[in-house]
Formats: sequence, structure tokens, C-alpha cells
Amino acid sequence: MPSLDDLKKRIKSVKSTQKITKAMKMVAAAKLRKAQENAEKGRPFSQKMQNIILNLTKSISDPANAPKLLVGNGKDKVYLCVILTADRGLCGGFNSNICKLAKVNFKKIINEGKNLKIITVGSKGLDQIKREYGKYIVKKFSFKDKKIISFNEAEIIGREIISLFNQNEFDKCILFFNNFKNVITQIPQAQQIIPVESQSSEIKDETLTYEFEPDEDEILEDLLPKNISTQVFKAFLENAASEQGSRMTAMDNATRNAGDLVDKLTINYNRSRQASITKELIEIISGAESL
Amino acid sequence: MSEKFQLEIISPDRSILKTDASEVVIPSYEGEMGILKDHTPLITFLRPGLIKVKNGTESKYFVEEGTVEFAKNNLIILTSTVKELSKIEKGFIEGQINEAEKKIKSNELTDKEKYLLSYKLNSLKAINQ
Repeated sequence: MPSLDDLKKRIKSVKSTQKITKAMKMVAAAKLRKAQENAEKGRPFSQKMQNIILNLTKSISDPANAPKLLVGNGKDKVYLCVILTADRGLCGGFNSNICKLAKVNFKKIINEGKNLKIITVGSKGLDQIKREYGKYIVKKFSFKDKKIISFNEAEIIGREIISLFNQNEFDKCILFFNNFKNVITQIPQAQQIIPVESQSSEIKDETLTYEFEPDEDEILEDLLPKNISTQVFKAFLENAASEQGSRMTAMDNATRNAGDLVDKLTINYNRSRQASITKELIEIISGAESL
Repeated sequence: MSEKFQLEIISPDRSILKTDASEVVIPSYEGEMGILKDHTPLITFLRPGLIKVKNGTESKYFVEEGTVEFAKNNLIILTSTVKELSKIEKGFIEGQINEAEKKIKSNELTDKEKYLLSYKLNSLKAINQ
């Protein structure tokens, strides 16, 4: 049985932890609102971009000569996986979920006898992945010192991916990130960006014949690199919102758990206080009786 | 002539404009292009210049690059550099002009880059007058 003093100290420490988690929750909630807004505002751009590319893909006359970024280089030997995670912890299963999904994919790729290359963005993902798959990591990015991640950062990564592709360093590229559904649900996602995967749900039945100016190939050549940066940027935005949402729920739970713990400890504390008072009383009474 | 179509200008981080328009003039890569209702489906890029949106009144936007899709009376302009002309400060334009002039003088440009820059300069100077 811990002494009264020990209990008192524990209650105090749990209470101060609770204060911290509560403050973190508040901060996350405030940041979440902004991040969510940004994610929602950013969605149309990437969706429309994807749509235009899908439309272009359908009207390409000669698939053999289509840009490699669109149709791939015909091989699938080397996979490049880009893992987008947060730079900070204390956000529940956010980072672990992405890494878990990524690791399942890594295993599959390796079991199929294919080569794996990894780019990590954000330090938390790097920490979780480097132990098992450290030798596959070709590049790591961290934007820890940036307060807001803008399109520029996405472009840096996009350019890196494209230059690796042009050097024939990989055949397929997959992005891993958390898709922000709502505050409590974030779905870890794997999205293939090279070659562009046509999502069956988005394909419309009617095909329009477009007029192109200049011709398809030139448009595609300009658009595809942009699309990669756009998709990376979308992943960033989704991730940012997911991180804050995840942190908010995690900290909310932590605050509640700390409250429960304080209640339990207080009951224990009162009980042992009473027990010791009763014990002292019995000692006094029996001492008086024996006189 | 009140035939209108939907116009949407979107930048990577937000939707800038969503409105009806009766006519939109865009600085397409191969020349200015006016778009009216029921235009044939179209995909094109932009070069630096002005987007003019006519909807009773006329508003102008300065862009440097972008992608345009027109389908089913929906005009979508995707661009990361768009500024409404009436909200641009004078210093910004002058800064851009100086920068572009410096760039155009250096000899490491491809023809395509030079072409784009010269359009940027011209349209910026036109605004400044």
C-alpha cells in the first residue's frame, strides 16, 4: 500500500499531465480547423487535374508513344514508395497507421522478388521504417522547420521523383499518406502516381472529343510533372489535416483517461486517509482502555 | 445575349472564383482565345497574360501559367499564379517586370522560355500603363 504522501504526489503528477494533454488538444483543435479547411479547398484542384489527365489519356491516339510518366516504362521491377508522415509524435495511431500499411506493401513487393526504394517525408516515418527497411531508403525529407507546408515543398519532392524516374531509377511510384475523412476517421492510403492509375469510379461513361491546343503530347508533357507535384501536395494537405485530427482525438482520450485516473487515485487516497485515521483512533482508545 | 456558363478558377490551395460568365477571354498558349457558351470541349495551357471575365461587368486576372479545360459549359482554369488585377499593388508589377527583364537578358534560356517571358513582360507593361 503506497503511503499517503506517495498518492498525493501521483495525483498531482497525473493532474499536470492532464493539463498538458488538454492544452495540446486545444491547440490541435485550433490547427485542425485550418488544416481541414485547406485540405477541403485543395481537393478540387487535384481532382480536376486528375480528371483532365484521364480525359487526355482516353484520347491519346498512339499509346506506344505516350509519355512514360503516364503509361509507365512497361516494366515493374523497381518500386519507389514515398511515405508521408508527420514530424511530431503524440498523435495517436497516425504515423503508425501509415507505416503499417507501407510495411505490408513493402513485404509484398519484396516477396514478389522486386526491388524496393523508399523516400521518407517527415521524421516520424523515418524512425519507424529505418530499423527494418533502412537499407532501402534512398532519400529522406523533413520540413520540420517549416510552419506551413506550401506548394513549393510539394514541388521539391515532385521534382525529385521525376528526376529519379528520368534516370530510370524506378518503374512504379506509390504514395503513402492518410486520407482525411473526418476528425475521428483517417484512412491510410496507397496511391500509385507513376504510371497514372485510372480509378474506375471516376471514369465517366460518355467520352467527349476534346480540342487540344497545342497537341495532346505537348499538353501531357507539361501537365504530368505538374500533376505529380499536385498529388504530392494533396497528400500533404490531407496528411496535415489528418495529423491534427488524430492528435486531437488522441489527446482528448488522454485527457479523459487522466481524469479517470485522478478519480481512482483520489478514492484510494481518501480511503487510506480514513483507514489511517481509524487506525489511530483505535490505537488511542485501546491505549486508554488499558490504563 | 444572356447565355451564361460556369467558370471556376482554382489554385492548389483554394478555389479563387466560382461564378457565371457570359464570355471569358483567356491568354492561351497559342494566342488569346474567347470562350462563349457551347464552345467545343477544349484543353489548353495558358501563357502569361490576362484572363478577362465578362459578366455584365468585366474583371481581369493576371496569370503566369495554367491549364484550362472546357467541357459541358464548365470552364475550369487550374493555375497556381493568379492575381485579381484590381488587387495587385503597383510594386508587385514593377518587381516582376525587373525580374523578367533580367531573366530575358541572360542567354541560358530555351526558345520556349523566352517566348513565355516576352509575353509576361508585354502583358505586365500593358497593365502598368
